[in-house]
Amino acid sequence: MTSQTFFNISAGAYIIAMVIYIIYLVTRNRTVGISATTLTIFGFIAQTIAFLIRWSHSYDFWLRSNPTSDLIVSILRAAPLRNLYESLIFFVWSLILIHLIVEFKYKIRSLGAFVTPIAALALLFIDISGTSKEIQPLMPALQSNWLLFHVLLAFLGYAAFGVSFGSAAAYIVMITESKKEKTYIFWSIVIGIFIVVLIGMGIDFSSLSAAERKELIQSHFLTATFRSESGGVAVLSWVLSIAFIFGIWKFGLGLKKVLASLSLTPNMLDEITYKSINVGFPLFTVGGLLMGAIWANSAWGKYWSWDPKETWSLITWFVYALYLHARYVKGWRGKRVAILAVVGFIAVIFTYLGVNLVLSGLHSYGSE
Amino acid sequence: MEEKEKNDVFNIVWNFLASVKLAVAAFIILALSSIVGTIVEQQAEPAKNISLLAKFFGDSAAPTVYNIFAKLGFMDMYHSWWFISFLSIFSINLIVCSLDRFPKTWKLVKLPLKPLAANVIRTLPVKKEMKLKTTLAAAKDEFLNSLRLSKYRVLESNEDNTVQLYCQKWNYARLGVYVVHLSIILIFVGAIIGAVFGFNGYLNLPEGEESDVAYITQGRTIPLGFTVKCNWYETKYYEGIDMPQEFQSELVVIENGKEVLKKNIEVNNPLIYKGITFYQSSYGMVPNAQGYFILSLKPNGGQQKAYTLRFGDTFEIPGTGVTGTIVDFSPALGRDPRTGQLSTYAENMVNPAIAVKFNIPGQEDFTGWIFKRYPQTGILPGGHEVKFDDYWGVEYTGLQVSKDPGVWFIYIACIIMTLGLYVTFFVSHKKIWVHLAYESSGDKGPVSISVGGNTSRNRLAFENEIDNICSRALQAIEGRSKK
Repeated sequence: MTSQTFFNISAGAYIIAMVIYIIYLVTRNRTVGISATTLTIFGFIAQTIAFLIRWSHSYDFWLRSNPTSDLIVSILRAAPLRNLYESLIFFVWSLILIHLIVEFKYKIRSLGAFVTPIAALALLFIDISGTSKEIQPLMPALQSNWLLFHVLLAFLGYAAFGVSFGSAAAYIVMITESKKEKTYIFWSIVIGIFIVVLIGMGIDFSSLSAAERKELIQSHFLTATFRSESGGVAVLSWVLSIAFIFGIWKFGLGLKKVLASLSLTPNMLDEITYKSINVGFPLFTVGGLLMGAIWANSAWGKYWSWDPKETWSLITWFVYALYLHARYVKGWRGKRVAILAVVGFIAVIFTYLGVNLVLSGLHSYGSE
Repeated sequence: MEEKEKNDVFNIVWNFLASVKLAVAAFIILALSSIVGTIVEQQAEPAKNISLLAKFFGDSAAPTVYNIFAKLGFMDMYHSWWFISFLSIFSINLIVCSLDRFPKTWKLVKLPLKPLAANVIRTLPVKKEMKLKTTLAAAKDEFLNSLRLSKYRVLESNEDNTVQLYCQKWNYARLGVYVVHLSIILIFVGAIIGAVFGFNGYLNLPEGEESDVAYITQGRTIPLGFTVKCNWYETKYYEGIDMPQEFQSELVVIENGKEVLKKNIEVNNPLIYKGITFYQSSYGMVPNAQGYFILSLKPNGGQQKAYTLRFGDTFEIPGTGVTGTIVDFSPALGRDPRTGQLSTYAENMVNPAIAVKFNIPGQEDFTGWIFKRYPQTGILPGGHEVKFDDYWGVEYTGLQVSKDPGVWFIYIACIIMTLGLYVTFFVSHKKIWVHLAYESSGDKGPVSISVGGNTSRNRLAFENEIDNICSRALQAIEGRSKK
């Protein structure tokens, strides 16, 4: 079986697991919970196999163009972390890994209902962004031993931040008393925009030809809806989106009842947010910023050149540094830090996707 | 009186500079202002940003808005006075707050661990209670052993008929955060040293040419102290596709007329000489350059030999009577997929090819294209081979030339920060107290044992550790009583 088959199996498993996790959230049936976890583990194993097969294929691919390259260098250069497609897949893998660790360590299954949707969104994004799935040759700038470690650690960091986003979002719902609270309005807008943008991209995807899909984000981003040439479609998109976000605001508190009926407590969620950031922050700092700087110095002669990717990583770093200082030194608890955790992950998404897709810079090969 | 006022002012300023509020403000200001610089392209041609601004402010207002933005330094904002000021405030805040807090933390770290009253131990976050039929001395010995096996340095205090063992591990973990702060300051120091004593320039060196200076900005040069020469530049492509596999140049360092170093540089593999580093950063065609065609000629079954020719030159494949004339050149020859016509599809040497007009005795003249990347295109009827090795002297290598004596601070800071982050986020400061006493007053009866501890992080692991320590001690005590 090919890497793609295993990957499709794992994607299917994660999406079904997401549904089961949500059913578990509602029913609190132990068997349902166990089957969600089992399915997630199954998907994780399938994805690991897919990842290894792809690694071994790209190892052969590398050797074909570099027949004299020695074993270790070839293995490092063949790591399937070269483009947006491969990195998104690796993000999903890291997210599930960290989720499984948290689930087993803290014995809370319900978090899956918040983390698997992030994985599912990433999988959906892979499909609709039309990124190339081919094994591509490694471009000169990426032919470095730092590639593997830089991407590996930074993505484990991103994934830990993803978990903290899930728990912070759940936390905000749990502590909301009234729909008029600013925190809750903020929450509804963030979640609403996430979903609206994805739906918008889905519509772009279905309205484009196969060739155009490859350029979806660079040239056709939301052109089927918000940026449509027909004014009517654009206005309708805005109206529907605002109505949708309003709907999330109106009915989102329903989640609170569900969460409250579970063993989840706000304290526990706050703790998970804090712990994930405690893991994500050092990984991201060392893997993303420090290794990135050292690599940049050996490839381009500057360890820091304020290109958009570097700057956005630094912005992300500032947000999480703020979270840690606010919580640890100032003793902030509750809403305020939960908002920071949400904002931090928005910065992560922008660092990772926004910069590659929207802004230009030295890291632009991620968009190919 | 005056003295006191001065002190007050000093304290107010000091406390402000040390405050977390200022740190929070610095984080927010730096993060928000940085965003602007990622949208407005930095150090770019004015036209680019004017057209960007036109999208927001309209065509007529855009140049005015641009001028205001440019005056405020937004076009090169990371080097503007105000951004540098924010960074300075951030680093002063970091230094003052570390100086302010470090002595307090140091005192806490140095504070010797004290025994606790038994009732206090019972209120600690992690605790265990047990009763055993044994002697106080035996229980003490085994708990002491067990704690030592877990690598604790145990202290003990004896009071009438009670014993307390107490110990801690990774006491110094509390200093980790200062290590991280120190490393950030080192990064600033390294950046300042680099800015003052280093330079960042570029050098476009055509094949075969040399230079003893690098260029910093338009026209401003900086002497290298030696001469660097580019022997050749080449873009290597992956087989069959136009995706670059490697950008390479061969550089030679010449000092006092003598060649002292030769290196083939690639993107991730620069040349370093006397503290100056040459990075492969770009390439291009030299305008109007007349280069040399390097061809390898090989008669069927014979020896291959290289020849250097000019456009229009005629060559003979040795001993065959076959002659060829270079009549055309294309840097990137391809077939138009619609019309099937041959055309040049790029200005760079993506797929260079020469057209050679051949004369084979007894046959009609013919012209054929020979591709550099596809040597099989040079095999003639009769098995003779013409290989197009290079069109030399028309490309230049774009080098990033930099000297940064501060980079060592950055490397050291990276190592220190990694260690500091590890200690701060993954190492926990753990304290354990074990209180042992005979249950009833006097020196008989079961021994009651209270174990308590706290940890700065990762409580679950700590609970397991205490469970292990206790069960190991209990087993040993049981073992003793059986004997």
